[in-house]
Amino acid sequence: MAQMNLLQAINNALDIAMAEDDSTLCFGEDVGHFGGVFRATSGLQEKYGKERCFNTPLVEQGIVGFANGLAAQGSRPIAEIQFADYIFPAFDQIVNESAKFRYRSGNEFNVGRMTIRTPYGGGIAGGLYHSQSPEAYFAHTPGLKIVVPRNPYQAKGLLLASIRDNNPVIFFEPKRLYRASVGEVPEDDYQLPIGKAEVINQGNDISLLGWGAQMEVIEKAAELAANAGLSCEVIDLRSILPWDVETVAQSVMKTGRLLISHEAPITGGFAGEIAATIQHECFLHLESPIARVCGVDTPYPLSLEKEHMADHLKIFEAIKRSVHY
Amino acid sequence: MNARTNKPEAYTNGAEVHTPSFIDGHSVDIPILKLLKEDGSLYPNAELPELDQAKAEKVYRAFVFHRVLDERMTAAQRQGRISFYMTALGEEATTVGGAAALAPQDMIMAQYREQGCLIYRGFALTDFMNQMFSNEKDLGKGRQMPIHYGSNKLNYMTISSPLGTQIPQAAGYAYGQKLQGKDAVTMCMFGEGAASEGDFHAGLNMAAVHRAPVIFFCRNNGYAISTPSDEQYLGNGIASRGVGYGIKTIRIDGNDVLAVMKAVQFARNYALEQQAPVLIEAMSYRLGAHSTSDDPSGYRSKEEEAKWQAHDPIARFKAWLIHQKWWDEAQDKALFESLREEILAAVKVAEKVAKPPVEDLVTDVYDQVPKHLEKQLSELKEHINKYPEAYPFTAGRF
Ligand SMILES: Cc1ncc(C[n+]2csc(CCOP(=O)(O)OP(=O)(O)O)c2C)c(N)n1
Repeated sequence: MAQMNLLQAINNALDIAMAEDDSTLCFGEDVGHFGGVFRATSGLQEKYGKERCFNTPLVEQGIVGFANGLAAQGSRPIAEIQFADYIFPAFDQIVNESAKFRYRSGNEFNVGRMTIRTPYGGGIAGGLYHSQSPEAYFAHTPGLKIVVPRNPYQAKGLLLASIRDNNPVIFFEPKRLYRASVGEVPEDDYQLPIGKAEVINQGNDISLLGWGAQMEVIEKAAELAANAGLSCEVIDLRSILPWDVETVAQSVMKTGRLLISHEAPITGGFAGEIAATIQHECFLHLESPIARVCGVDTPYPLSLEKEHMADHLKIFEAIKRSVHY
Repeated sequence: MNARTNKPEAYTNGAEVHTPSFIDGHSVDIPILKLLKEDGSLYPNAELPELDQAKAEKVYRAFVFHRVLDERMTAAQRQGRISFYMTALGEEATTVGGAAALAPQDMIMAQYREQGCLIYRGFALTDFMNQMFSNEKDLGKGRQMPIHYGSNKLNYMTISSPLGTQIPQAAGYAYGQKLQGKDAVTMCMFGEGAASEGDFHAGLNMAAVHRAPVIFFCRNNGYAISTPSDEQYLGNGIASRGVGYGIKTIRIDGNDVLAVMKAVQFARNYALEQQAPVLIEAMSYRLGAHSTSDDPSGYRSKEEEAKWQAHDPIARFKAWLIHQKWWDEAQDKALFESLREEILAAVKVAEKVAKPPVEDLVTDVYDQVPKHLEKQLSELKEHINKYPEAYPFTAGRF
């Protein structure tokens, strides 16, 4: 075991993936010698050469389109989009191409070996264009997998699983935690399952569900609730697509209550999908309406970031409302 | 080019050859316009832009203001007073000179490193400060990171971070100006990195085909964050692309403010008279870091930077002004000193202005605040009232 921060865990996973398979490539804006603006690809060009780890021109649609072509040919591309806010120029390549390659060709071709890594999320005084959490746009697209780690251990295990998964995966990295989250990470190779949630805290009064950086906020709220005598079950969804209905439903059948929290605006956010499914699965077990604590339905602001965010206090209040419904 | 001569059959009129050979973009010689030498003297036959003493002084004052602003705000960022800053060190001639050659009614649609345009157009020091401190007096209502300025009054479109998005928009804006018969053009500024984006290609093609009076102004400063231009493109700069799209194109020395002004005046006349686009590629160098979050020592050498230091556009122009007897060292020193004081004082004022009120969170998402946002706002206010100490900027203001 070694102490790593989230970036080091990602770098370590990329290193393992590149070492094991010559057809694995890492590329994106500033990814080469400089190691990426967050330094996730540090040292990889020195180790594996300019042909396998390189800077691309500044064109996201080009980066993902290139990855699609590489993956279709049999390579294992790991493309970095510098900020999730800038994934939208590549939207067409992702939702119309990566997601549909296998289906439209009757499995004659596929781009299953590709992974797109991108830093997402707010709380870093980044304003409109360095704070977005766009997972819901992609969750609406069949054919993609979406994974969001919450700490260094998960980041390494889930990234290795994403790289080796035979479907295109978008791997959203919580950039607020890049350096802030430090923990024990095995130096050896390991994988965590995609599509499987993790129950991080057992409890009886309500189930709290989230993913990525939001887990930290949820755990803080659960602490406040514990001080107020409420016992929360805390679940990290880890994969948005496919998502683990079974684990969430089982928890809700036990606690009778569910609160979902994400950073993205509430309307059309992935919490809505979860609420609808769990309502269907657990209707007779529910003791209060499923609560959603999410971002306000506005673009992500700068000055009023605190007000916009689904913070621990808003979650704590919603827990109380739910339990005392 | 006349649209009618552009039919495919016209291509068959070229010289006939009977052994294959490629055309190499680099074999096409693209000249570079230079008027002012490093020592402040003019090249023989240099054709000067329209420029009298008053205007020359205005340009130089904008230069000095820019330098001092960059110096002071970088320091303010290091002291933790603002979260972020971007300097334009070494590139001031492109933006100040560009704005100086336009008419005030011309629209400027920029990328982010073009504060120089606003400085020349007279954006108030307090407006700069309020934006950078994202306080309640910021014209952008404190929603964006520092340096994302915008001013309707000064015809400077608010900056959007996603690169290249302003390029097709500028084509559309200019086309609108054309349809309305306006005596105005749009100048669209971007870096050589942004010129890789799909939006660049879309924008140039749209402007060319629809003959929009837009000046595409590329600041080719050698780097896009850490990526040097030789990893950005292999063609003959950005200028060769203008030629490819059928757009009148000129390459200039971007550290020579007289060349910048001359080229932009020339481009503006063409765009206005012909109602068609122009591309300018200004060759320069980003002397500073990409932003305060960047450390260029990780990807380029001190020697390289030092070499470009010698091409400083401000020193070059100052030398010319002194040659002209329009400026002297004593005036220069006094100007730097007074601006340093003025800017420092303005920082102290702006950082004390309140943050925007909580209502500003939900306004301007739509023209009017819709019901669901009204509801979210009132729930938020109720929540803030419960925990006033957790929301120090907005609590107690309603
Ligand atoms: C669509 C998009 N992708 C990536 C970024 C991140 N980014 C911000 S500035 C920059 C480099 C831009 O370089 P260039 O256009 O050459 O301008 P310069 O900074 O050199 O003035 C990058 C990659 C962005 N803002 N938008």
